[in-house]
Amino acid sequence: MADTTPVSLGKLDPKIPTGPIEKRWEKHRFEMKLVNPANKRKHTILIVGTGLAGASAAASLSELGYKVKVFCIQDSPRRAHSIAAQGGINAAKNYANDGDSVYRLFYDTVKGGDFRSRESNVYRLAEISRAIIDHCVALGVPFAREYGGMLDTRSFGGAQVSRTFYARGQTGQQLLLGAYSSMMRQVEKGACEMYPRREMLDLVQVDGMARGITVRNLITGEIESYVGDSVLLCTGGYGNAYYLSTNAMNSNASASWRCHRKGAYFANPCFTQIHPTCIPRSGDYQSKLTLMSESLRNDGRVWVPKSKGDKRPPQQIPESERDYYLERLYPSFGNLVPRDVASRQAKFRVDEGRGVGPSGESVYLDFADSIKRLGKDAISEKYGNLFDMYAKITDENPYEQPMRIYPAVHYTMGGLWVDYNLMSTIPGLHVLGEANFSDHGANRLGASALMQGLADGYFVIPYTLGHYIASTKMEKVDTTHDAFKASREEVSVRLNKLLNIKGKRPVDEIHKELGNIMWDLVGMSRTEAGLKDAIAKIRTLRKEFWSNVHVTGEPNFKNSELEKAGRVADFLELGELMATDALERNESCGGHFREEYQTPDNEARRDDEKYSHVTAWEFTGSNDSAAWKPNKEPLTFEYVKPSQRSYK
Amino acid sequence: MSDKKMNLNLKVWRQAGPQAKGHFQEIQATDVSEHMSFLEMLDVVNDNLVRKGEETIEFDHDCREGICGSCAMVINGNPHGPDRATTTCQLHMRRFKDGESITIEPFRAKSFPILKDLVTDRSAFDRIQKAGGYISANTGSAQDANNIPVPKKKADLAFASATCIGCGACVAACKNASAALFVSAKISHLALLPQGEAERSERALGMVAQMDAEGFGACTNTGACSASCPVEISLENIARMNREFMFASLKKK
Ligand SMILES: Cc1cc2nc3c(=O)[nH]c(=O)nc-3n(C[C@H](O)[C@H](O)[C@H](O)COP(=O)(O)OP(=O)(O)OC[C@H]3O[C@@H](n4cnc5c(N)ncnc54)[C@H](O)[C@@H]3O)c2cc1C
Ligand code: FES
Repeated sequence: MADTTPVSLGKLDPKIPTGPIEKRWEKHRFEMKLVNPANKRKHTILIVGTGLAGASAAASLSELGYKVKVFCIQDSPRRAHSIAAQGGINAAKNYANDGDSVYRLFYDTVKGGDFRSRESNVYRLAEISRAIIDHCVALGVPFAREYGGMLDTRSFGGAQVSRTFYARGQTGQQLLLGAYSSMMRQVEKGACEMYPRREMLDLVQVDGMARGITVRNLITGEIESYVGDSVLLCTGGYGNAYYLSTNAMNSNASASWRCHRKGAYFANPCFTQIHPTCIPRSGDYQSKLTLMSESLRNDGRVWVPKSKGDKRPPQQIPESERDYYLERLYPSFGNLVPRDVASRQAKFRVDEGRGVGPSGESVYLDFADSIKRLGKDAISEKYGNLFDMYAKITDENPYEQPMRIYPAVHYTMGGLWVDYNLMSTIPGLHVLGEANFSDHGANRLGASALMQGLADGYFVIPYTLGHYIASTKMEKVDTTHDAFKASREEVSVRLNKLLNIKGKRPVDEIHKELGNIMWDLVGMSRTEAGLKDAIAKIRTLRKEFWSNVHVTGEPNFKNSELEKAGRVADFLELGELMATDALERNESCGGHFREEYQTPDNEARRDDEKYSHVTAWEFTGSNDSAAWKPNKEPLTFEYVKPSQRSYK
Repeated sequence: MSDKKMNLNLKVWRQAGPQAKGHFQEIQATDVSEHMSFLEMLDVVNDNLVRKGEETIEFDHDCREGICGSCAMVINGNPHGPDRATTTCQLHMRRFKDGESITIEPFRAKSFPILKDLVTDRSAFDRIQKAGGYISANTGSAQDANNIPVPKKKADLAFASATCIGCGACVAACKNASAALFVSAKISHLALLPQGEAERSERALGMVAQMDAEGFGACTNTGACSASCPVEISLENIARMNREFMFASLKKK
């Protein structure tokens, strides 16, 4: 295959290496500069976030000898949102001998992403996936095993091979504890310093380079400055723009957003993932939605009654009056179609009036057949904790009656734009894990986020950061530098402004209102008129927020209301950008479904001629206004030829 | 699904800061739906406080799925409330009766100082973890994951210990404020795996020493810890820890 010629795209140069795809990463590693081992300890690296991406980066960079400082919101790094991941992590090990390979994982991921990701990045991810499993096992991650002592795998949506490694329904917890323990070993050695209960509120640039951060100590309220030679944002996704999502309550976009306002481009913000299997909402007080892992679709069958408004209990609906619609529409993938497809089909059923449950906003996920075939014990062995969680929340027993599920916001494929080296458009600002936009295109396959977070942190950044450090000259600065002073001042002014509005509405109330706008108009299906409406409504709500929010408490104590207010203020801008991006992308692809662009059988219709690119938004607003300019990074497909995705 | 509503009389611990004197505040929670989680009930209470211009009740929480271990409060005398194997965030209001009084306090232990209201400082757990709760394997040095088979039974046992969410309920439940269940779960997880073998002794000695240094009390085997553990970490871990510690101490001599 021909070499790709390096394209000059100004700030959006993806820096993709040339040559055959399977050699690119190796070649790149050889060509990158190295930092002399003795010099590494002279460089301080600031890592924001301790999820899989942040904790793995902190561990491996400390091992290499860098001085690492790591920050997180929670009281302990071990509590980062990654802890909640349930189902598993993909790797092209082919232990199941069922035809898997690096190339197949690469292929599935590019196709699953609906041809909106960078081939070279995805190939690298697939290549690295194998080493991740090896390393995690070495760290003591207790993955599920077979009787002979070998690692067990299962299948996940969008794949026909069994390549997902798991630790019952707690895979994220076990992987995070592995990375955290590795990081704690470095803390013990003095190579890594830990700063929990800190929230990054600004990025500090000196000579255009990311040189530090301004954070709020969440206990004392103090505004603190930290200096480094590079900043790594590992701050997770922005799903909470929708208020209700499966994300943890503290998940937020503020670190990314503050950097975006200072020059980091935001890529594909409209690519959000709605997960098909979540517990439906029960009331206005609802604070978050709970995911039921996609792995359940291995053994559960999705159905609704054939006739509209059928209110009989599920057990009384005979087989012949049930519509197993995924099996009917997609005979070869059945219940294991990718998430975007499964979510959309559930929405169609509910829109047709065939939804079930008190509000009619759910579909059944039924385990009766599997329990009959494999026995209750086998099902409990695989999914016990998920079944328990379901029972606790709904007060219904899923061993005896089908679960009720409905799609919910789960993951964000968009994020800060990064090049092949994971560097944003601000020199020295690297972005890892869910916070970047890199590998999943318009739809992420299940069990691929954990893989990407750990690939970025354990195996990509240790090389690419070295190259940046070795090839960049920077002056010595400390926290008395004007740029740091100005940043502290800016942060304090904003916090005081929030506290002084003293209006009538609680932060959460405005957040919920934003969430409703986002879910209704920028959610599972979008239209031109709806998106325009959303933009107008969000702008009005933003004004309302800045004139009528009420933030109680003091600036210099623990103050959750103040923390939330800052985050919601940022979501109120990001929400507008998400709608703007969705409006600009006149096609349907992956999780982005524009009703105007669909095939006769309601599948997403891409427009490769016009939209085979990444849209990277540049912030052009001012301190108190928001505006953007789109920039394009074209995508080329040399290996996986774009086709209409088919899971039939 | 029915939706019963109830009114509750809350007695909530309020404390402005680490040095401040705390007190119980009585707050009425009205129109509480039985389907709310306990934390959603507190959200509604806080929402009302904001509307009155009063300071909200501070509590730690994040995942609200029972896995991050953030949420930590003592409800009517029980860490995480009355239900077995349930974190506060997974506890639902259908468990309570209309008109009931509910006392809500922070986890109380010398080694978990109170920071504000229901928020405590549990960093002692991180310091115990760093005193040996790891396997020293640098990134890039691992062999193929299937090179060392681990019998399924062993792997399952290690997993069961590894599911500890580090919430500290065991400490709050223990009359001696002992951290034995937490520390033993950590030690067991790695001691049961062949990968953890090389550092087995140092790990047991280091973590136990740090546990003592943090001022946690002694374990007197009452079992209150395991009974209140939201993920049902077994008492067998403590026995295993004691064995590990004894062997390690003997070896050192
Ligand atoms: C319920 C659920 C189940 C999932 N299951 C799976 C699965 O089975 N397989 C899979 O592959 N993926 C799964 N995912 C997705 C996956 O868990 C996430 O994409 C991934 O864990 C994100 O990791 P991360 O390291 O990028 O960020 P996170 O884990 O989100 O960590 C973010 C970190 O940044 C910190 N932070 C954020 N903002 C700031 C700030 N301003 N200042 C300081 N610190 C900050 C936080 O404190 C935290 O430490 C699941 C997601 C959910 C919600
Ligand atoms: S909030 Fe995470 S365990 Fe309760």
